[in-house]
Amino acid sequence: MDKEKELYLDNAATTAVYPEVVDTMLPYFSELYGNPSSIYGFGARSKKAVDEAREIIAKSIGAKTEEIYFTAGGSESDNWALVAMAQAYKDKGKHIITSKIEHHAILHTCEYLERNGFEVTYLDVDEKGFVNPKDVEAAIRPDTILISIMYANNEIGTIEPIGEIGKTAREHGVYFHTDAVQAYGHIPINVDNENIDMLSASAHKLHGPKGIGFLYIRKGIKMGSFIHGGAQERSRRAGTHNVPGIVGMGKAAELAMEHMKENMEHQIRVRDYFIENVKKEIPHVKVNGDLKRRLPNNINVCFRFIEGESMLIMLDMKGICASSGSACTSGSLEPSHVLLAIGLPHETAHGSLRLTISEETTTEDMDYVLRELKAIVGRLRDMSPLYQDFISKN
Amino acid sequence: MYSEKVMEHFSNPRNVGEIENASGVGTVGNAKCGDIMRIFLDIDSETKIIRDVKFKTFGCGAAVATSSMATELVKGKTIYEALKVTNKAVMEALDGLPPVKVHCSLLAEEAIHAALWDYAEKSGIVIEGLSKPKNDISEAEEEEDY
Repeated sequence: MDKEKELYLDNAATTAVYPEVVDTMLPYFSELYGNPSSIYGFGARSKKAVDEAREIIAKSIGAKTEEIYFTAGGSESDNWALVAMAQAYKDKGKHIITSKIEHHAILHTCEYLERNGFEVTYLDVDEKGFVNPKDVEAAIRPDTILISIMYANNEIGTIEPIGEIGKTAREHGVYFHTDAVQAYGHIPINVDNENIDMLSASAHKLHGPKGIGFLYIRKGIKMGSFIHGGAQERSRRAGTHNVPGIVGMGKAAELAMEHMKENMEHQIRVRDYFIENVKKEIPHVKVNGDLKRRLPNNINVCFRFIEGESMLIMLDMKGICASSGSACTSGSLEPSHVLLAIGLPHETAHGSLRLTISEETTTEDMDYVLRELKAIVGRLRDMSPLYQDFISKN
Repeated sequence: MYSEKVMEHFSNPRNVGEIENASGVGTVGNAKCGDIMRIFLDIDSETKIIRDVKFKTFGCGAAVATSSMATELVKGKTIYEALKVTNKAVMEALDGLPPVKVHCSLLAEEAIHAALWDYAEKSGIVIEGLSKPKNDISEAEEEEDY
């Protein structure tokens, strides 16, 4: 392998934990290891740390502290929100509205609910990946109990019109959940302004530790618990608090909020630099998603005539960590449901590449990627029968 | 996830390219599923020996590696020997494939058979034990230009 450097461009998969975050967490492993639920002062110190983290997080989305519930991550938050809502409000109705481009933590939970007597409407998205708020409104029925639309898409970075969807939901008296795993800590979110009733987030997408996340539940929603067995989290989520994780998430959230503006500006500049240049340098490339209402860290492009997994292996040989929506990377024969939902033909979807940058990624890094990518795409196209056919026809 | 052999053949694939006026060409696979293999054979009409073989493949690392290995296994063989090269032989020669990639080796076997079938048709001969390949190339994919 001729790796010149290791370049991590898969920050939507997970991120490096900031050293400051690790430092904040460390005392809570072997020194301040008390259980926050204990009565003595030693446990109380852990409780204080948990409360402080909760406060930072509540503030970061404009919520009240008692509306933040710690979970083991984004998937648990999504599962909890959907299943507990469905159970709590099944007497009102059994209809849920979501979109076709949600994360599987939502889609598979919806399928589970369908098997248990609920009805789910999966809304189409347009070619940029936007859910139309009018479609949401049209799908609302008297028995609709929940709308769940992701804040921003994990594959193509499209930021959904959450404020409009929230407003529609509120006007119709339907609760609104958003999976904000990719958006939280990256772009501003305010649960009151956007009429969000529930929100899922995960720490490891914003330089926090893995295995910790939260669910925001607006006061007044009467849903039950998902994990049973203790009085933690206002008796709604049992299990001894993951104190180091919670403290780490608090610190990561604090840093994310403090630096959000500059991080966004920097990433948008690097992102747009790459998108502009990839179109110039490599023919037959398509940028997926919207160019403006897009997560600052997300780049998603399709190269025609080539397959994504081959591209990823070759990038890896050059020290570049990336991801793809090709079937071969998913373990099935179907390419990404998101790329199909925005209307890409299968063969194009197979040639997708997702690069998710961080605030540390530079334009020089992207120059390196572009140089290597150009050679790799060229090499794979030389090998491709689809390219051969295209050339002979044109 | 891949064996060293697979990675080696993926990194340095043997026999990539095409043969002009090939004795037989076979294309199998489906763009929808993400794998297409095309094999070109240059066959000595007297001895029925495969003098040269080239391939073009659209697909994952395993698809490229199995194409490469399959071409290596049939090169220099007679068409009758080539017909006996199974997907299992290709897999074994690559020190195995992950279960989800076994279909790639089947595709390589089919591509060889399709090229042999094309040769048989072109030269008006019957190759014992060779049946018409399933042609599942999806030509119907939407054309889109950018």
